[in-house]
Parts: sequence; C-alpha cells; structure tokens
Amino acid sequence: MQEIEVTPLGAGQDVGRSCILLSIGGKNVMLDCGMHMGYNDDRRFPDFSYITQDGPITNFIDCVIISHFHLDHCGALPYMTEMVGYSGPIYMTQPTKAIAPILLEDMRKVAVERKGESNFFTSQNIKDCMKKVITVGLHESVMVDSQLEIKAYYAGHVLGAAMFWIRVGSQSVVYTGDYNMTPDRHLGAAWIDKCRPDILITESTYATTIRDSKRCRERDFLKKVHECVDRGGKVLIPVFALGRAQELCILLETYWERMNLKVPVYFAVGLTEKANNYYKMFITWTNQKIRKTFVQRNMFDFKHIKPFDKQYIDNPGAMVVFATPGMLHAGLSLQIFKKWAPNENNMVIMPGFCVVGTVGHKILNGATKVEFENRQVVDVKMSVQYMSFSAHADAKGIMQLIQYCEPKNVLLVHGEASKMAFLKEKIQSEFKIDCFMPANGETAVIKATHPISIDMSAKLFKSEMDHQNSQPPDPKRRRILNAVLVVKDSSMTVMDADEACEEAGISRHTVRFTSIVRLQDPGPVAKTAEHLFGLISSRLVDWNVQLNDLAISVESVLVKVEGTEEEKNVLVSWANQDEELGSSILTLIQTIDDGEVP
Amino acid sequence: MKEMTIMLDCGLSAQSILNFLPLPLVPSPRLGSLSNWLPRDCNDPQLEGELKECHGRVFVDSAPEFCPPLGKLIDYSEIDVILISNYTAMLALPYITEGTGFHGIVYATEPTLQIGKFYLEELVQYLEQTPKAALASRWKELLHLLPPPLSESFKPRCWKQLYNLTTLSSSLARIQTVGYNEKLDVYGALKVTAVSSGYCLGSSNWVINLDHEKVAYVSGSSTLTTHPRPMDQNALKNADLLILSGLTQVPSSNPDSMLGELCMTVVSTLRGNGSVLIPCYPSGVIYDLFECLSAHLDSSSLSQIPMFFISPVADTSLAYSNILAEWLSEVKQNRVFMPEEPFPHAYLVKMGRLKHFTHIYANGFNTEFRMPCVVFCGHPSLRFGASVHFVELWGSNPAHTIIFTEPDFAYLDALAPFQPLAMKAVHCPIDTSLNFVQANKLVRELKPANLVLPDCYTVPPPSLPHRTDLVIQQADHKVLVMKRGEVISLPLKKKKVKVKLSAELASCLTPTQIKPGVMLSSLTGNLVVRDNHFDIKMFEGSEGDSNQLLPVKSSQNSQFEWGTVNVDLFVQRLNEEGITDAKVEPSPSGYIIHLQNQDTVIQIDDRSTHIFCEEPDQKLRKHLRKVLSECLNKF
Ligand SMILES: [Zn+2]
Repeated sequence: MQEIEVTPLGAGQDVGRSCILLSIGGKNVMLDCGMHMGYNDDRRFPDFSYITQDGPITNFIDCVIISHFHLDHCGALPYMTEMVGYSGPIYMTQPTKAIAPILLEDMRKVAVERKGESNFFTSQNIKDCMKKVITVGLHESVMVDSQLEIKAYYAGHVLGAAMFWIRVGSQSVVYTGDYNMTPDRHLGAAWIDKCRPDILITESTYATTIRDSKRCRERDFLKKVHECVDRGGKVLIPVFALGRAQELCILLETYWERMNLKVPVYFAVGLTEKANNYYKMFITWTNQKIRKTFVQRNMFDFKHIKPFDKQYIDNPGAMVVFATPGMLHAGLSLQIFKKWAPNENNMVIMPGFCVVGTVGHKILNGATKVEFENRQVVDVKMSVQYMSFSAHADAKGIMQLIQYCEPKNVLLVHGEASKMAFLKEKIQSEFKIDCFMPANGETAVIKATHPISIDMSAKLFKSEMDHQNSQPPDPKRRRILNAVLVVKDSSMTVMDADEACEEAGISRHTVRFTSIVRLQDPGPVAKTAEHLFGLISSRLVDWNVQLNDLAISVESVLVKVEGTEEEKNVLVSWANQDEELGSSILTLIQTIDDGEVP
Repeated sequence: MKEMTIMLDCGLSAQSILNFLPLPLVPSPRLGSLSNWLPRDCNDPQLEGELKECHGRVFVDSAPEFCPPLGKLIDYSEIDVILISNYTAMLALPYITEGTGFHGIVYATEPTLQIGKFYLEELVQYLEQTPKAALASRWKELLHLLPPPLSESFKPRCWKQLYNLTTLSSSLARIQTVGYNEKLDVYGALKVTAVSSGYCLGSSNWVINLDHEKVAYVSGSSTLTTHPRPMDQNALKNADLLILSGLTQVPSSNPDSMLGELCMTVVSTLRGNGSVLIPCYPSGVIYDLFECLSAHLDSSSLSQIPMFFISPVADTSLAYSNILAEWLSEVKQNRVFMPEEPFPHAYLVKMGRLKHFTHIYANGFNTEFRMPCVVFCGHPSLRFGASVHFVELWGSNPAHTIIFTEPDFAYLDALAPFQPLAMKAVHCPIDTSLNFVQANKLVRELKPANLVLPDCYTVPPPSLPHRTDLVIQQADHKVLVMKRGEVISLPLKKKKVKVKLSAELASCLTPTQIKPGVMLSSLTGNLVVRDNHFDIKMFEGSEGDSNQLLPVKSSQNSQFEWGTVNVDLFVQRLNEEGITDAKVEPSPSGYIIHLQNQDTVIQIDDRSTHIFCEEPDQKLRKHLRKVLSECLNKF
C-alpha cells in the first residue's frame, strides 16, 4: 500500500477534542481520544460510528496512542473502551497513565454529580480502562505487532507529554500531540531527531502568532497577584488538582522567595500532597535544572505554600488560595468565591477553560450577579481575570520542529481553519513540501513512495567504500554505479557483473575496444603522456583520472602513449560499458591530431 | 568492512585493594602499632616501612591501588563505542576515556549513569577523606621474596591509584543515555539496543544488529524477582553470536536462603543486645535489604531498632531510587500510580526508622546514634569508608555481628587486617546474577548459533572442583572460549550489506530471466553515500556534468554481455550489413577476424571479444559494436 490516510474525528480545523485516525501500511491507529469541553451532548465525544456502524471497533483499530493527560486528548478514552467497546492496546507514557485517571474522575464528578448527566462513564469504567494501558518509555521502540512500531519523543507541554513516531514497513508518521519548543519553568523543550517521516501531523494552536512568550503572561499573572495582595486583597485561583496547579505553585513559590513576600499562600486541593507526589516521582520528566537539584531540594516540596483550612476563609488581610474545582461549579472554590466576591479589593484568576453553565463561565462572560439554587444572589465586585498558561508551540516553534525531523509532508490539526491556512502557505513556500489541513470527517490521502531495501554484496560494497574513502569528502559528488541486480529466490542483491554471472552460473563475455591515434608531438614520450593527462583531467572534472607509467586511466578507459621522439602512437582502449566515456576521449585525442585543440 | 571497535563494559578489578592496610577515619592505635615486615635476608632500605604484618598476613601500607583493564591489548583511541551494562561495570571508565586519546561514544541507561555516578563518587570520596602521604612501590620489584597472597598479585606494576572527581566527572560527561529498547544507530554501521537484564536498576544486556547478523551480549542478569524491571529474554533470541558473562560469583549460595539467614542473624544479634554491621555498596541489594529486614524486624517485634545508612551519597541513593519508577518491577511501578513511592525505604525514612548520614562525623549523627542498631555502610572491602571504623569499634565485642552480603570480596581476606576479632562474622553472600542452572536454561532457550564464554565457565570453580554441574554445557552450539589477555576472532562472516534502491529507479529495471528462479538486470544509478549508508538513485549524471567538456553522460542502461559469440552467425550478420571483407582465422584461444579493407582486427575468444581499429574510424567501430551486441546474450 503506497498511500497513507489521515482522518480527523476531532481537531480537524478546530481546537476541540483531538482524535485522529491514521491508516498506514494496512494498519489503523487512533491518535488521541479527546473530549470536547464545550459541549454537553453527543458532540462531546468523537463520532466513533465513523469507524464502523456495527459491532465492536476493536477489529478496526490496531492501537490507540494518547499523547498527554489533558482531557481534550484523553477524555473520551473510557467512553470508547468501556461503552463503545474497544479492547485493543492503548499506549501512553507512565506519567500520563498516572495522572489521566485523576483528571477523568474529576471531570466525571462534574458531569454526573453536578450536572446530573446520565449515560456517562463511571469510576469503575475509568479504572477498567486504565488497566488496558501499556506504558512506553521515551525513545523505546515498541512493536505493537510484527509490523507496527511506535516510539515516543519528549514533547514538553505538560508532565509526561509525548510525540509519537509510527512506522509500518518503510512508511512513517510523526504525531506531535501538544508540544512546546521552549523550555519552561518545570519542563524541557520538545525534541525529535531527523527521522524524516512521510507525514508530520502537528498541532497548530498558535499557528499565526509568534506569541507573547509564556514568560510575559507569567509576569503579568504575578504582577496582578502582587498588586492585589499589596492592597490587602485576597486572591482566589480555582484549579484542578493536577497539571496547571503545580505549574502555578512553582511560579508563586519562586516569586515569593525572590521578592521575600510574607503574605500567606494556601493550597486547598483535594489531593494536595498526593498530587505533588506525582510530580516528585516523575522528576525525570521535568527539565534539566529541576532534575539536577532535586536531591538537595525537590521543586515540588513547597516552602511558602501551606495547606488550607476552611477557617482561614474569614481571616483578615491578604492571602492567596488555590482551591478545587477549577470551574467554580462546586466545592471549596465556590464556597470561597461566595465569601470573597462582593469585595472589590479581591480577585479571582481563572487559569483555564470553563464549561457553559458553570459559575466560572458566567463571571468570565461579565456577570455582575450570580444566582444560586437557594435563591441566594452574590454580587461580583471582585476583579475577574482569565489567563491561559497552556504551553504550545508558536509558528516559529512549528517551523523549527519541521526543520528538526524533515518530513515529506505536513498535516495540520488542533487549530483554527483560517490560521491553519496561513501557516500552510508558509510551510509550503518555505520548505517546498505539501501541507494538508483536513476538516473533521475529511480524509487526507498522501502518497508515500519509498526506496526498496535490497542487499549489496560485500565485495561490491567494499570496493565502493574504498573508492569513497580514497577521495576527499564531498557531499555533492555523485558516483555512478554500474552493477547488476540479481533476483534469486525472492532475494534481491546488487553485485558487480562478474559476481552476478557467477551467481547465475553463466560466463560473462567482455567486449573491449582499442583504437590507435598517431600524434605528431615532438619530445619525450613522458611529456606527451603528461600533456594528454592534463588535457583529459581538465575536461573531466570530478572524475578520478590517474597517470601511471605513461598510461592514463579513468574508469575502464586506458590511454597509453608509445613511440619515438618524433611520432607517438596513442592507444585508447575501453570496455563496452564505458562506451560513451571511451569514445569521447578517443574523439578528444583525435581532435588534437587534427590540430583543433592546442 | 564497516570497521568498528566496540568495548563491552569496563569493569575494574578491585581485588588488589585487599593487599593494602585499611584506612581508618580516626587514627587507629592498633593499626599504627603493627610491626614492619621484611623478607628474610633482605635489607633493602627502600622496602623499609612499605609492608606491615598483622596476625601472620603481610599488607602494603600505602594508598590502595586498583588494577585497570589491560591497556596493552588495545589502543583506547581506536575504540568507537563503549557499551556499559550496569553501574558495577564502569569503574574503569575514567582510566579508558581520559588522557588516552579516546574519542568514541559511551552508551548507558539513565539509571546506570546516575547510580554509577554516585557509586564512583562514593569510592573517590572514601579515598580522598583518608589520604596517605607515602606511596609504596618497592615491594612490586621484590614479589618473589614476598609471602602469598601478596606474591601472587596480578601485574602489580600496572596498578594505579584511583582517579579524582574532576577526571571522573569529565569521563561521565561522555556518556550518552539510552532507554531500554531504543534502537541506536552507531555511525550508520550498526544498530545497538539495550534490553533489560533484571540485575539492578537500569541494568542492561545489549543486542548489536548488523544488516544480516545479530550479536547478543549478556552481562549481569537476573531471572529472580527483586526490585528491577524483569529480564527481557525475547530480544536475545536466535543470535548469530551470544557472549555470556556476568554469572554469579557465589554459585553455591542461594540468594533467598542467604537473605533468610541474614534476617535470622540480625534478629538473634539484636536480641543478644548486640549490633549488626552490614558492609555494602550505596545502591543495589541494599534496597531489598531495607525492605526485607524492616518487615522481618516488625514481625520479630523489633520495630524500634534503628537502621543507619552511612555513605557520602546516602541521600542521593535514596532519592534516586524513588524517581526511577520506569526501571522497576511491575509491582513497584504500580505503586507510583497510587501515588506512593516505589520503595518502602522512603516511608522508613519518614518514620525515622531508617536514618541516613553522610559520615559518622556528620551533624546529628552522634545525637541520633544509639545501640543496638543495624548499620549499613561502605566499603565492602573493609579497606576504607565507615565500615573500617565500625569493625575497629566493635571488633573486640562478641555480642556484635558483621554480615557480609556483597560477593565481590572474600570475607576472610577482607577481615584479615582486623584479626584477631571477637565479633561474629557471618557470610551471607547475595548475588542475584544468573547461576549455572539458570544460565544453561537461558542458553538453551536463546538458541544462539555460536556461544562465547570466559574460560572460567567451562570448568568448575576452583573452590568447588567436584561440582561438575557448575559449568556451562557446551553441547548443541559452537563454543568459543575467551581467556584474560587474549584476543579472539568471532566467527561472523559478512556477506551482504543493506542498501536502498529508489522506487523510481527500481521501476525502470527490466530483469532478464537467465534460468528458472534467477533474473539479472543491469543497474546504472547514482550512488549516494551518507553516514555509511548507500542509496542508489536514478541516474542524473555526475554533479559536475554541466561543466564537463566531454559528453560522458548517459551510461544509462548499459548492459552486460554473456555467453559465447557464434562466429558464423557474426560473419553472416556482417555480410548482411555490408561488411563483406571479413576473413576468419582460428587462433589458439578462439578466432581472429580481419577486416582487410579497414585495417581492423576482431579477436573473439570464449569469454571476451576485443575490437582493434587501426584506423580510428568511429563510424565503423560503432557499427561493429551494434552487430556484435546482437550476437551476444545480454542482461
Ligand atoms: Zn494539551
């Protein structure tokens, strides 16, 4: 099969849920299985009926690969495995396997317990689903079956995020998931080697921007928090237990340390210690600096950040509190919000996306009053801030990744259509390669032709290698190979002609031509030979022309000078295979005789 | 062909250090008062003070020296690649990579690098914290006058002092870390893969793949279930060559029963109000010992007994062990999903049952230290480190016990400079590496075409000459035996190399069937060489063609002739083409055809035809070429 097909079921010209079907060399791979956080209905999950209308989809999917723990990349996984029915292999990194179930459970609670949704997966579903997961290490080559190979590369973005290289036969694809090309506070930058895939499927969230760097947004965040506590205000940061919470904690911790601030910072997250524990144990996935210093000080053992107690809500004076859940739809974060909202000195910072219907969504849309079930109305006078800290590659980063891995085609997903189109133009003009951006449900078909892997006999290899090594290195030089392909018992081997004849049990018949040119070139024979050598080598740039003992040789062509002081006989001889070269040299020497060339 | 020199591991023989006197942390009156030893009838003044006698044994009073790998066998600057299997097999790395002109690549897994680093740093720090002013060397010249075992020292003149931290860190900086099952392309010539060997954190065996050959190198491996990731045997199967090394050093001891004995000894000593000293390395089996021993103390109602872990790198060791989850057994890996630390020693530290200190003089040690207790500390040779201190301190008290678990040193030799000793000494060597039963089973399952063994595996161990079962069976496969200091050639004949043929060029080829099952096709293309890889691409002429002044392009589709020329047919065809002056004469090897009018001679033999044109008439020559070509088979 020469074609590779890519069909987004999600993330095709949108930033919702990532779920991409890849068909390569007769294998079908699902890349991510995300959930759309903006919908409450069927549109939330990928349309698995696209894969098959009836029966289990296990027969149609060879494996599922999850790039990282964000719900827009793994949120539909329990639905797919436990409710739609998929029992094949699922691959992800170890941190993803550890953290994904916690986020899935958080989301499940919001959906079922708060919004009363039915037909949603259960806690047990999540557990059963995770049991099917196989973990992969970075750069580990994993054979899914005898033909399908996958390999993970570091992607930055979040703890455990990976890009995946997928190969069947000589065809290969790289899927980036979300990635980040600049190292940040606790993660390193994405890296990939020159694996030259047929297709690079890359996210394009920030396709058109050379973004205001993440550093700027962080500075902005710190400035706002600092200003608020300076005027004695209280800052509420609703978060989910894992991921952004730890990032922001590191940010505040180092800032507090540097600025020597005394205002208390509290962390009121259900799993406080446990959550940070994940980060401590997966320290090998963080950046160099954290890894180097972790024995002296684990970055996730926070000095300034203390556990929160409910009684602190009414404490006077400034404070900063991280509290769950992240969308202000229930629990402690909502409770604190109700108390602090009416005071204009206070501030709430929403560091992530909020689902329609949640208090978070309402206040982000400018609601100045929020009404609750028990007819309680809360005035929102506190300052409301939204800040995105997600680490994605910007246009520059995407171009850089293309440079790293040298794909033959690029396919854009996880971005807005108009911005994708802009980036597509840029990629095509800059790299002179094709770029695709299929919409959801649309299939991009990409031709992939590949060299065939054959054998070369050791004898021929050695002689070509010797030839190669005898010359100064020059990457532009192209050597002409004149050899024979032997097809025998379904094996293919290139050999030199003599070997090939022997292999086939036949005798080779060599044909040679010799012509004699008489030259009037008074002087010693050696001088004539040198003269001819100079002439021939000047006409044959890049050929290996040699002069030995009055004989000039290039490939199988031999030019030999004989005769006396007065008259020279020049013998020009060559094998049939060098007919063009031999006859050209002969003509050249004849023209000297005719006096055309001095 | 693809010339490569690969070095498999670079261990260091540390046995030499047993010949030296221990280096105590605080001056020891006992060691200081040992009498000088001189050979009878020898009054070499230079030897004076170099040798001391303790309880009938002679020791060298000097900074301990190590025996690095034999340097004369190979030129280190010629080594392309060094593969390190585990952190116990890299002690000699700085001797090889630093100051030798070495410029190759060193591969090791991340845990091997990290643990190896603190393993070696510990060793360097032990020696640096107890420096010796004088270096004894005269004794090396007078070996024949010395008593055994000193007289039997292996090439003591080659022994070297240990490197320093700077040399160590620049050597370690050369290591490139690899993951298990990561296929590494080495200079385009071969592929190297580390696979889990089950022996310790990050330990690996290596699979080296050439295009058509597979070499498997088995180093320290274990099939027992301890803390590391299990051994991957599948990857090692059906190799053309299997190099087997790293078998257990104590083939007659079973690690499980040794562990049981250790626990029992500890409990009975503690019950007798004595303390226990366990000399150890800073990583490896100690993790299992912490786990098993604490559980055993619990079940013996001795939970209140403190365990001390004293090493300059104790904190690093404990910290690293808990962040390397991906390199651990499944049970341990699953703990991080809870999330709990994979090893219980994190919990033991938190509860204050396991206390770790860098030194015995570190802050807080004196206030925390209480007896009875269990002390884990280095070095297992009892020549330096805190273990020297504790043997000196407890040696005279029969209530205490020293338990030897590390198999690297003969325990009686280790104890020799401390004799006489009242403290109990118990030998419980725990070596989880393959024993002979496991190794024989492994070889049977891996089915290598050729097996390479060190000579010591072909005969029973010297200490157990009657145990003929303690050898590697040699039936069923070709066996090659390696001896120390010997170079052997391994039987790998390279017949073919993989190259890439472009699809475009392949589609242009028109193979000719020569006989059933054999087809030949001449092939003309551009050969592109990149990182030792050959690509054959569509012929586009040579790069310089545009500035070539000779029309030499298009040797495309040139074919090869085979078989013999039917001379009659050839002459007949010449006639048909209007060349009628051919005169055929037999020659000793075939025929000579003379074209009288053109001064042209065609010499036809069975396997060759040579056309001489006296008159350089290219038109005639090309004509003859065409006719001849029609009279020959081609492909
Ligand atoms: Zn993401």
